Amino acid sequence: MVTGNRVVVGAHYGWRDWLVQRVSAVVMAAYTVLILSLLLWFGGLDYASWKATFASGLFRIATFVFMLALLWHAWVGVRNIAMDYLKPVGLRLTFQVVVVAVLVAYAGWTIQVLWS
Amino acid sequence: MKFRVYRYDPEKDAKPYYQEYDVALESTDRMLLDALMRLKAQDDSLSFRRSCREGVCGSDAMNINGKNGLACITNLKDVKEPVELRPLPGLPVIRDLIVDMSQFFKQYHSIKPYLVNDTPPPERERRQSPEDREELDGLYECILCACCSTSCPSFWWNPDKFVGPAGLLAAYRFIADSRDQDIEGRLDNLEDPYRLFRCHTIMNCVDVCPKSLNPSLAIGKIKDIMVKRAV
Repeated sequence: MVTGNRVVVGAHYGWRDWLVQRVSAVVMAAYTVLILSLLLWFGGLDYASWKATFASGLFRIATFVFMLALLWHAWVGVRNIAMDYLKPVGLRLTFQVVVVAVLVAYAGWTIQVLWS
Repeated sequence: MKFRVYRYDPEKDAKPYYQEYDVALESTDRMLLDALMRLKAQDDSLSFRRSCREGVCGSDAMNINGKNGLACITNLKDVKEPVELRPLPGLPVIRDLIVDMSQFFKQYHSIKPYLVNDTPPPERERRQSPEDREELDGLYECILCACCSTSCPSFWWNPDKFVGPAGLLAAYRFIADSRDQDIEGRLDNLEDPYRLFRCHTIMNCVDVCPKSLNPSLAIGKIKDIMVKRAV
């Protein structure tokens, strides 16, 4: 192989992140359509209709799935940015750990908001 | 016709600079390369590459008014004055409009741009059905001018790790070839967050390709095949 002194092979990962970003985008788009159609259905937004909507367990689960998609999507994107811009390994690792911790905390907070 | 040309001779100049030119054109001058040849006659210190002068060799790729293209097939009627000419972005400048394409070709070579088939060659040729041959249309025509890869922000940022649109188009040209036997190896070679997945479908490559090819589409097909293989 004519690549200088290095034999080029792939790192054997990458497609999963790519697919996750697409699938999570579809989930978020579907939830957005759901929310917009609810707003149209109720003809606006007031406390009573909002509370009634979130009283449904199914809607809470849909919201939680949306949040998971959002957080996972954000993880893939932010990790890509870190891979491009944070070159020192220690800095990148620290940054990624902080991001993961924040995203997991957001997931916990979502549960708290939805089911408390 | 007025020109503003990027000039840099690392042996003499501390910094690159722009030089203004005003060139008298002849009635037979149609393409930007014709004007460049007049420029060269006026100032022989100006350096640029050119060869076939008909969009086949890919030598005279440059940045024309902010967009990569081939000087030889860019009509003078279509460019706004003063015509600003720069070397292809993102590659080291050797002199004036000439860039060092080593990194570009390293990436191209890394995808094994040749048919891999270990079965004994038949007496005449490895045959393909017309349908299989059609799969290669829009892929084999690439002239490796580097207009696409040097307009790609992902390639600017990771030229050593991201294969780039030209290399990936060539990779798909062999993945799609019914005569090739190393599709698995080719996919293994590309399954990498940098080598393939640094393409974020920005599509600058499609925008600038002087041969009207579509590297983004080919890259999408590689990703599809990779996902199908895995799930």
